[in-house]
Amino acid sequence: MLPYIARRLLYAIPTLIGVTFVVFISVRLIPGDPAVAIAGERATPQLIAQVRQELGLDQPILTQYGRFMVKLVQGDLGTSLRTRLPVAPEVWRRLKQTLLLATASLVLASAVGMFLGIVSATRPYSLWDNAGMVVALLGVSTPVFWLGLMLIMLFSVELPRLLGLGQPIFPPTGSGTWRHVVMPAITLAAYSTGIIARMTRSAMLDVVAHDYIRTARAKGVPERRITYRHALRNALVPVITVQGLQFGTLLGGAVLTESVFAWPGLGRYLVDAIFQRDYPVVQAAILVIAIGFIIINLVVDLLYALVDPRIRYG
Amino acid sequence: MADQLHGLIDQAHAAPVGRGAVRTVWKRFVRRPAALFGLVIVTLFLAIAVVAPYIAPYDANEADFFRARQGPSQDHWLGTDELGRDVFSRLLYGARISLRIGIIAVAIGVGAGVPLGLIAGYYGRGVDNLIMRLVDIMLSFPSILLAIGLVAILGPGLNNAIIAVGVVAVPVYIRQVRASVLGVKEMEFVAAARAAGASDARIMLIHVLPQCISPILVQSSLQIASAILSAAGLGFLGLGAPVDVPEWGTMLANGRQYVFSAPHLTMFPGLAIMLVVMGFNLLGDGLRDALDPRMRGR
Repeated sequence: MLPYIARRLLYAIPTLIGVTFVVFISVRLIPGDPAVAIAGERATPQLIAQVRQELGLDQPILTQYGRFMVKLVQGDLGTSLRTRLPVAPEVWRRLKQTLLLATASLVLASAVGMFLGIVSATRPYSLWDNAGMVVALLGVSTPVFWLGLMLIMLFSVELPRLLGLGQPIFPPTGSGTWRHVVMPAITLAAYSTGIIARMTRSAMLDVVAHDYIRTARAKGVPERRITYRHALRNALVPVITVQGLQFGTLLGGAVLTESVFAWPGLGRYLVDAIFQRDYPVVQAAILVIAIGFIIINLVVDLLYALVDPRIRYG
Repeated sequence: MADQLHGLIDQAHAAPVGRGAVRTVWKRFVRRPAALFGLVIVTLFLAIAVVAPYIAPYDANEADFFRARQGPSQDHWLGTDELGRDVFSRLLYGARISLRIGIIAVAIGVGAGVPLGLIAGYYGRGVDNLIMRLVDIMLSFPSILLAIGLVAILGPGLNNAIIAVGVVAVPVYIRQVRASVLGVKEMEFVAAARAAGASDARIMLIHVLPQCISPILVQSSLQIASAILSAAGLGFLGLGAPVDVPEWGTMLANGRQYVFSAPHLTMFPGLAIMLVVMGFNLLGDGLRDALDPRMRGR
């Protein structure tokens, strides 16, 4: 197992360096001179030159990248052009909020998705199967931002009015209590629920076609035991992989959900920064989400190998 | 002699899907009601996109401030928006924009992804390593984040949003075509073509590529769905089409501030996006099942 982990970690390093390089270069391709942005439109050429020198923008691009990497490994993500404050503390604060939302969504998507998948696979081509897969299809086809708005309308306006309540069932915006998490988590979970349900169904159907399931059935093992002990256990390997990958997707997908619910996470921070042309923030937010995505993929790969010995030795 | 041999090998393998095969695939396809339903939605959507100017009761940008934000009525079937424009007509015109997004984005994905996937899979070694490391880097970003990042560089706007969504599809095609090529290039007919002296380009285009068409076709249907969804997301964030363009995501974003007083402004564009995305997803699933019977129901 250890050599596999070492090999997998080594493979991740060039990708991580590649991602930092791509983000670094890309942010520098954004039209507009950061030195002018900091010094102001009416600044003298001398002042702009001075700012450029201070920021190291007059250095060759590879030197700039080297300095950027040195700062990055020290946890320095630069200074916001708008607030003039270091970006890192704000990024960590918002990352926690995004992680909270993504975790809640993953738990929800896994519970509902696996339930739908199991129900569908144990009764293939039945009404239950069709109903489960329609729900899964709606999940992958519904725009999250629209679903969010519809949930706000339902839980904050229509249902309270119908039930004669004076206040929304779940608060439509903000964060702080568990009630704030409910609607954004349902919204964000919809897509992943569909993916997990389809994967669970497909993996279960693959497994139940194997000889050992037929053998178990021939031996008179009860159907419930076959489903959960024999089939689900083996079907779990691809399902766990998809769950892990979905967690990464949820981190990115949170951008839209956070925008609908004014959730103070990293995604909203990024979108606001794009409009404010606050490049260090754009760079930091994209970088942190991408690095998080790579780490999650790495962990999923390692978990996968832990669960299924064939991967390690393959 | 070599030319004759080329001809024979080409004939034997260049057209894996003959007329009989198409009929078999079609028979398998129509046996699934879900796939047919998808085909109906997609056909309807294409028809609307083509004839929108002829069937729309109003011009998409005809404003009537005295009738702003009215609910559905006989004059305006789906109501009017914040400037008094007819929502139904704007949705019909929006189908054209969504179709444009889907087609151009997939064209970018296929145009760049398929050749790179062919090259990576066929040549292997260094070239493969280089291309696949680039793919790894691109896939290290969640897709919507990559699209947002690209729009941040290119600047907001419909065309840039389409380019961003198309670029996001490139690594998906590279990976898929490469995987197909790895399976196909070891087959005997490729070895036969090579033995007959066919050039690499000829082998790739005439012998290997046709074998990869089925997965590309399936992927493209699913990718159109995902492109429409992503572009609508960019529009919703204000990074896509300008506010006067009847793009569905942008329409939804415009109506968002009136979600309590005029819910029809968000309801109908969202339903339109969902329906079309669902149609392409069902079509893609149906095509996959019909083209590869082993995948049936998976």
